[in-house]
Amino acid sequence: MDDAQSTLDPAVADDEITSNRAIAFDSPAAADAVREASRETVAIATPPSRRFRNLLPRRSAKLVGGLVIVGAIVLFGILGPLIAQPPRDSDNPSLEPPSADHWLGTTKLGYDVFAQLAWGAQGSLMIGLVAGTIALVLAVVFGVLAGYFGGVVDEALSLLTNIMLVIPGLPLVMVIAAYVQRSEGLGDFARSSVLVAIVLGITGWAGSAVVLRAQARSLRTREYVAAARVAGERAWRVIFVEILPNLVPLLAAQFIFGIIFAILGEAGLSYLGLGATGSITWGTVLNDAQTGQAVGTGAWWWFVPPGAMIAALGAGLSLINFAIDEVVNPKLRLAPENARQVRRAAKAGRGVTETGVIA
Amino acid sequence: MSGIREGHGTLEAQHLVKDFRLRDGVRFSTLHAVKDVSFSLAPGRTVALVGESGSGKSTIARMMAKLETPSSGRVLIDGMPSGDRGRALERYRRDVQMVFQDPFGSLNPFHTIRHHIERPLRIHHPGWSSSDVRSRANELLERVRLAPAGRFAERRPHELSGGQRQRVAIARALAPGARFIVADEPVSMLDVSIRLGVLNLLADLQREEHLGVLYITHDLATARHFSDEILVMFRGEIVERGPSDRVILDPQHEYTKTLLDAAADPDKLGMLRDDVRIGG
Amino acid sequence: MRADAVPVLTARGVSIEYDVDPPVRAVRNASLTLHRGEILGLAGESGCGKTTLAYGINRLLKAPALMTAGEVTFHDADGRDIDVVELRGDSLRRFRWDKVSMVFQGSMNSLNPVMSIRAQLHDVFTTHRPGMTRREREARCAELLGLVGVDPSRLSSFPHELSGGMRQRVMIAMALALDPQVMIMDEPTTALDVVVQRGIIREIMRLRERLGFAVIFITHDLPLLIEISDRIAIMLEGEIVEQGTAVEIYRAPRHDYTKRLLASFPSLRGDRGDFVRRGAVTTGGAA
Repeated sequence: MDDAQSTLDPAVADDEITSNRAIAFDSPAAADAVREASRETVAIATPPSRRFRNLLPRRSAKLVGGLVIVGAIVLFGILGPLIAQPPRDSDNPSLEPPSADHWLGTTKLGYDVFAQLAWGAQGSLMIGLVAGTIALVLAVVFGVLAGYFGGVVDEALSLLTNIMLVIPGLPLVMVIAAYVQRSEGLGDFARSSVLVAIVLGITGWAGSAVVLRAQARSLRTREYVAAARVAGERAWRVIFVEILPNLVPLLAAQFIFGIIFAILGEAGLSYLGLGATGSITWGTVLNDAQTGQAVGTGAWWWFVPPGAMIAALGAGLSLINFAIDEVVNPKLRLAPENARQVRRAAKAGRGVTETGVIA
Repeated sequence: MSGIREGHGTLEAQHLVKDFRLRDGVRFSTLHAVKDVSFSLAPGRTVALVGESGSGKSTIARMMAKLETPSSGRVLIDGMPSGDRGRALERYRRDVQMVFQDPFGSLNPFHTIRHHIERPLRIHHPGWSSSDVRSRANELLERVRLAPAGRFAERRPHELSGGQRQRVAIARALAPGARFIVADEPVSMLDVSIRLGVLNLLADLQREEHLGVLYITHDLATARHFSDEILVMFRGEIVERGPSDRVILDPQHEYTKTLLDAAADPDKLGMLRDDVRIGG
Repeated sequence: MRADAVPVLTARGVSIEYDVDPPVRAVRNASLTLHRGEILGLAGESGCGKTTLAYGINRLLKAPALMTAGEVTFHDADGRDIDVVELRGDSLRRFRWDKVSMVFQGSMNSLNPVMSIRAQLHDVFTTHRPGMTRREREARCAELLGLVGVDPSRLSSFPHELSGGMRQRVMIAMALALDPQVMIMDEPTTALDVVVQRGIIREIMRLRERLGFAVIFITHDLPLLIEISDRIAIMLEGEIVEQGTAVEIYRAPRHDYTKRLLASFPSLRGDRGDFVRRGAVTTGGAA
């Protein structure tokens, strides 16, 4: 077992050595043993492209489904406005059900619902992205920094995080939105979706911050962080180069959550009339539908599509998040395969327990 | 780039004390992890710090590596008090490095081996060009018998075996040009048959680079064979110290004797069985 | 080996494979015999298959592990031979813990943290001896703790209130609960301090004298095995490469790997102190 003189046998496939599939073993020691045994002889370099792919979620039904849904909606938001009529063109018969001219009918004011939906997609997605990004950056600042530094920094940042957590989300957003929109000097900006996005972003980071703080605290105790410190790395490099890369799957998941909550939050705000009344988003469409008594007059084509779009986007993003979860926790990914293997082995098997491990 | 260094000096621990405050519900208690420990490390010599868990040996390792600050006492290098921050800390880190216990945990799974070796090189030799850094990194990998260096450098930690990872850790510790190495149980998490290989590597490097090594372990046998002096620790204090052979073959303190009796010794084949049969 | 050695467990040609991609042959054609009342040491490093073999003998393998060949026979004290591999359901339950019990690796951390020691010990009896009354169970639990050197008053404690060594003794008590004829111990003392370890080993040997069970002691610590075992089997990459008495393995090892394993443990008191420090012959396996 002289691995100092390991020769590099190109015939040995990369897969055998670099496979990082988690395999179910009957004891952690056995798992380690098999892993060690397969690694003892040869060290082969993984080409850089392969290494990157190992980071991404594995292709699965969930990931594909989620990407398809989200992709379709994003495409709709990009291409829809190009093919639809101007959304505020009231030169149409009002409250018309879906027809050849108006695929999703018209609103009370004669706006084409399809056009509203397409522009609304742009608006909502933009708010989601901006708010999600702001929330993520703040969560990293309040979470990772607090988790890594500990002590006074942790106490101070955690205090602020806890305050944000305790204050109920939607009322807080309502208050801030109402205040900001009423203040002078902001003019048109006060009604824009960017402002709403900012408000949602600065109120929606606390939950992620808690999660990131816990992870950063755990990672801080890893020996490779201590080793980096002993090697002489400065704190900010330790955080960005050693800790954050290991948090990427978690950050991605939190970011996607942030987007979902931002879009839902915006819909809620708009529904209450506090939203981006200057822009068009799915929320504003729903608001208009409500004030236009769409339910009362049975104009389902007005409120069902935006609601369905919000739901679909939420579902698509959640599916992507589940796929990311499987990167973070390999056991989830392998659960169905493990079950299959158990069934197969039980059928083939001698010496296999069907019922469980210990009597 | 190896060879005898100028300004030989010692690394000295003077009256180190470390207390931890533990919270138990609403009450606080103090854990005296290290109570007044002093010792000195000279270039080319190995000092072994032997003890069980809770003896304080790992805390001392962390204090020597400046991962913890002593509650009192100080660490001197070349006779001068060592710094705890800024330039002084940088200079200290160039001279004193650490090899950690866990070959898995002490390497960041996200980064390549090259990253692990090149970072300390860049930090402590800011004037070097990229190609200088790269060739020195390759040289270090070959020093620790991971050859050909180029291929190993591109791998990530989970693709190497435990022994290989620990040798990367040794290479990383040598990168800044350290004169003193604190080895905290460097082989206790490795497979038995490769432990001696790694320890022999450390001993060879020590001779070649004239390093001072603090070898922390619970294993008396390797402590005896790889160190010149043994310090026996019990509950934060050094209860016995002396040349390795003397401490092992002629122990003075009760605790040392207990430790030696408890160690597995194949020459005592069957003695425990007979002892128990008689009614022990 | 004593002339009156009677086999209590025989494994012949056992092969165990992990049905993954690519398949891993964890145990290859392993045969060993355990005699009544003897300590058989199973030595090897990580990946050699010793734990897998123990699980196979004990019918604890979980998919994707698969026993592809071999037979395991338990020679009961009342004279019957039990084919362990064919046991199912009720007969398996009667076999487990009653005839053969196991102390797992790291088991001192497998006590349920939210249940008292009493509850967990009682559990063994309610599962396997449903006929016992509460008072009988309590008496037996107190007796068991006393057997392993733990004060019976600790029955009311929770696992976190006990030290590592005491928890391990409780696990041994649990394994002894039904008076098994064979105990399989997988690295029972590896995570403990050497002084505590010696105490527990002494306890195990004392119990063996008293109760007469046989032990399969699995560890990588070969010097320890030489000290306490009657016979030793050395495993490498799934195969048993050498078997013999402790004396034979120590004084006259035949297989290269056995010699290498022995050489990996520098002698504590022998006079080889200088060779490494002064840079003479470098020994030990390559890392």
